[in-house]
Amino acid sequence: MDHPIKRDHARFRKIVKGRIRDNLRKYVSKGEMPSPKGDGTFKIPMPSIDTPRFKFGDRNQGGMGQGNGEEGDPVDGEAGEGPGSGKEVGNSAGNKELEVDLSLEELASILGEELALPKIEPKGKKAMPSVTNKYTSIGMTGPNSLKHFKRTYREAMKRQIASGSYDFLDPKVIPIKRDFRYRASDAKVEFENSAVVIYMMDVSGSMGDEQKEIVRTESFWINLWLKSQYKDIEVRYIIHDATAKEVDEETFFKTRESGGTLISSALKLCREIIQTDYDPSEWNIYPFHFSDGDNWSADDTKLCLEILDQDLLPASNVFCYGQVESRYGSGQFYKDLVSRYGEDDEKVILSKIKNKEAILDSIKDFLGKGK
Amino acid sequence: MSARTKPLEGELLRIREEIHGYALEFGLDFHPVRFEVCDYDTINILAAQGGFPNRYPHWRFGMDYDQLSKGYAYGLQKIYEMVINTNPCYAYLLNANHIVDQKIVMAHVYGHADFFKNNAWFANTDRNMMAVMANHGTKIRRYMERYGQNKVEEFIDRVLSIENLIDVGVLFETQELRRQSDERMKNTTNEIANEADERSTALKSFMRVKERTGKMNEPKEEAPDLRDKKINTPRDVMFYLLENAPLEEWESDILGILRDEAYYFLPQRLTKIMNEGWASYWHSHIMTNRALKASEIIDYADHHAGVMAMSKQNINPYKIGIELYRDIEYRWNTGRFGKEYNNCEDMHVKHNWNKELNLGRQKIFDVRKTHNDVSFIDEFFTPEFCERQQLFTYKYNPRTGRSEIETRDFLEIKNKLLTQLSNFGSPVIEVESGNFQNRGELLLRHKHLGVDLDFGYASDTLRNLYALWKRPVNIVSKQEEQTLTLSFDGKEFKQTK
Repeated sequence: MDHPIKRDHARFRKIVKGRIRDNLRKYVSKGEMPSPKGDGTFKIPMPSIDTPRFKFGDRNQGGMGQGNGEEGDPVDGEAGEGPGSGKEVGNSAGNKELEVDLSLEELASILGEELALPKIEPKGKKAMPSVTNKYTSIGMTGPNSLKHFKRTYREAMKRQIASGSYDFLDPKVIPIKRDFRYRASDAKVEFENSAVVIYMMDVSGSMGDEQKEIVRTESFWINLWLKSQYKDIEVRYIIHDATAKEVDEETFFKTRESGGTLISSALKLCREIIQTDYDPSEWNIYPFHFSDGDNWSADDTKLCLEILDQDLLPASNVFCYGQVESRYGSGQFYKDLVSRYGEDDEKVILSKIKNKEAILDSIKDFLGKGK
Repeated sequence: MSARTKPLEGELLRIREEIHGYALEFGLDFHPVRFEVCDYDTINILAAQGGFPNRYPHWRFGMDYDQLSKGYAYGLQKIYEMVINTNPCYAYLLNANHIVDQKIVMAHVYGHADFFKNNAWFANTDRNMMAVMANHGTKIRRYMERYGQNKVEEFIDRVLSIENLIDVGVLFETQELRRQSDERMKNTTNEIANEADERSTALKSFMRVKERTGKMNEPKEEAPDLRDKKINTPRDVMFYLLENAPLEEWESDILGILRDEAYYFLPQRLTKIMNEGWASYWHSHIMTNRALKASEIIDYADHHAGVMAMSKQNINPYKIGIELYRDIEYRWNTGRFGKEYNNCEDMHVKHNWNKELNLGRQKIFDVRKTHNDVSFIDEFFTPEFCERQQLFTYKYNPRTGRSEIETRDFLEIKNKLLTQLSNFGSPVIEVESGNFQNRGELLLRHKHLGVDLDFGYASDTLRNLYALWKRPVNIVSKQEEQTLTLSFDGKEFKQTK
């Protein structure tokens, strides 16, 4: 039986997402997505709602600390370690951001858990198991190169204290054979399989910086998740307006053209890339297309659907179309795809991304089917 | 909840017996302590609900739970124990704790239990709070069924907005006194309003205000004294609203409930340093003198050092607390206090001062009985202690864009510490009048003690106050040395100098 707090929790989540009580919305701290800081750590935002109270302004407040240092020395840098036991849980909210050391793997699993993403099951002969070793535990034996010094000395110190041979006035710790600890490996079964993600983006004039930022964030998370599901993953980038070309990642996010839009140009290039480099029987193929939904003509849209039906859909695991809302886009292409495939097609996943806050939901749309 | 926690058994039961014995041996005095074991999810739930298994439904418990769970999942924080001020005193242990940790935690809990029972600021807290909280939950749930969850929750949010507008002094009104004053209030209400119907006191008192407003139309000669004579506890804004705001009966009930809960938690906010310091002093003393096995020393030291860790960004109450008790004990053992010691100018004599009074232990027991954090720091925080603890204040430097150490000057540090602690860290705000401008407006005054209010927050708080008072609300404060009044009339904010 669930504790009633789960209901409070669900209610809090709903308020944060703006589904209920939207007069509270302005007290909600921004953001839900962890953001990479570039040094292997991530900022994890803690959504919180602030209750307004009479309280002191931050200005001329400063604070107090303990430790060494001269006047004028900075006090930031090392975060204070929280006390080990808690009592009163403060009511003070505010913008809480955790900074955490996380590997990409861990982050992916958190994402997977948060969005309840199903594990992707690669099909056919694409999945061949292989065993790799991960050094995640501690053992009593092992080669010198894997010696765990801290654990070893800890054991030695424990033994010396327990046996009374530890001299507090002359604290020497000398490990003997049975104190030694080594990093030990656990065998982990992984599947040999590979995937390619082909990102296509409309860079015509109507796609602004905000829209691109959304695509960039979204692609980061999609890559992260797919990387955690496949051993090898390749990423290709195509930009298009009326013509399409393949570019590197940086160009992909930077380019801005002003021409019209022919979506078929991108799909054609995508088809070409698949045909030359990726045999569908060996690769899991993920074409993603992002645009604001404008296409030059109904004829071109017809051509797009043809390419999808005949070439892209049979080759791919899923085809994903993300429509980023922009002031100028008509959003027509989404409607065209819906009228052709419906909202709930197995192979064609459609998602509308209204703003940054909608990214999480859209990722769930794309990856939630476990394909 | 009972399915989520279970009583001690086996080894833990044996350890409890042992630690309990040591606590009594050292003279700790506490209500019976009931230990229960639970998993991390349960302890997160309890912590989110302020230690209680049953609270009224509210999103903020869900929010705290969300944050605690995330913090735990990312390996950033872990709650080892929870203890609540009740009789019997409930304490929860995390089942995943190492045996050494459990010993520390139990010793720590007995320290808190002694503090709860003996510290003067806790004397009037309701020790039956477990049941009271559960009743509050039932009542509010019933109101939610009747009036709708959104409506009731919205009202709660508004009240929480003024939850810090309570009066520390009220803690010392004994229950008898409080009853008497309530009685008096009721009588005056009846005299003035002379209402014979069954309306609630709150409603009556509102009508009284209205009536008086009507009578007071004749102009007066001298400047009117706006301060209402009958406001006995002007800082207890919650109480003032309870008595005078035009609330519906269910609203008064909820306001009263939230006020009771705010007062219940208030002593803990007033004694954070003392309470944690005391519990830490005792876990350290019990562990190092009695309970620790040789093989456990490292794990103990590791844990203890983690709890005592100093930070450059804030003060660790555990650390300052334990060190201050130890310093007091040392000073009263050696006689390093009083006029003779303070006036001694021979540094050599002073350095070797020892009257062998051995009053230390008795002294800290006395201190834990009569002080709160403010008086604790005010009386026992010495220059020597300040220097030994390497304390400093810091300030944001806009030129370098970072926070930098400002000073290590004793008086400045002490002042800053006292400022942060005074009035449990909240601005002092008093009700000045419920008939401001002779128009039934609410007037609050912020007693400015050097730090300005955050006006953004103040505006939003006024908005919530307006929703309770239903007439314009005003607060007088200072902004950059200028006295000004911030007003909200239901439509717009106004600042007048």
